[in-house]
Amino acid sequence: MAINFDKALGLHADALRLRADRTRILASNLANESTPGYQARDIDFAASLARATATSEEAGLTLDTGAPETMYRVPNNPSADGNTVELGVEQAAFSQNASDFQTSLTFIGMKLRGLAKAIEG
Amino acid sequence: MSFREIANIAGSAMTAQSVRLNTVASNLANADTAASSAEEVYRARKPVFAALFESNATDDAALAGARVQVLDVVESTEPVRESYEPGNPLANAEGVVFYPNVNSVAEMTDMMSASRAFETNVEVLNRLKSMQQSLLRLGEE
Repeated sequence: MAINFDKALGLHADALRLRADRTRILASNLANESTPGYQARDIDFAASLARATATSEEAGLTLDTGAPETMYRVPNNPSADGNTVELGVEQAAFSQNASDFQTSLTFIGMKLRGLAKAIEG
Repeated sequence: MSFREIANIAGSAMTAQSVRLNTVASNLANADTAASSAEEVYRARKPVFAALFESNATDDAALAGARVQVLDVVESTEPVRESYEPGNPLANAEGVVFYPNVNSVAEMTDMMSASRAFETNVEVLNRLKSMQQSLLRLGEE
């Protein structure tokens, strides 16, 4: 019985990639904090989850990283120059995303340690 | 993984904010630079920022990052200050001296905003570094 790493790591590898992609989007938002007319974006996890649960009932949940939905953020206080980046909101999202990245990494680390233990006996 | 691009995005923002700080420093330094005509007098300078989307063919367009570019540095069109100072060596025939249209209070707030934005991007780079390092340590111990 061969060990398939894709199966062994589960969806955590995909989750890690998704977190890295989200980091890029949030970094763009933070970078364009003072660009007039720039509209902040983010990945819509709720929509992706709803689509995943709707399509695969018996196959279990799969994380769909092919085309995550990016949506424009609705600002709490619209600004006159059309920029929708709100520093506090973006910083909170960035910080949360970095923690989620660490979480995924920890899960993969635990999976790998389990595999190593199985191999070494 | 797109760590290099993220670093580029944060770097472009830091460059843009440095340009902004540069114009603020120039405006504040020249706030009281007199001249003898409205054409010669220093005018407040402002950078114009624009988002530059990365159109990488291999990437999903929806996930493309956006860098910041400084399109131009424009001079303010607000009227310059005129002052009647016959004793000033730069005064014209009517005894009028022209001063720049620099608003010191606005420049100070702009400076604070620019330095905060710069620090935000430094923080992004720091976080990115720690993410990358923990990724490299994966599977150790």
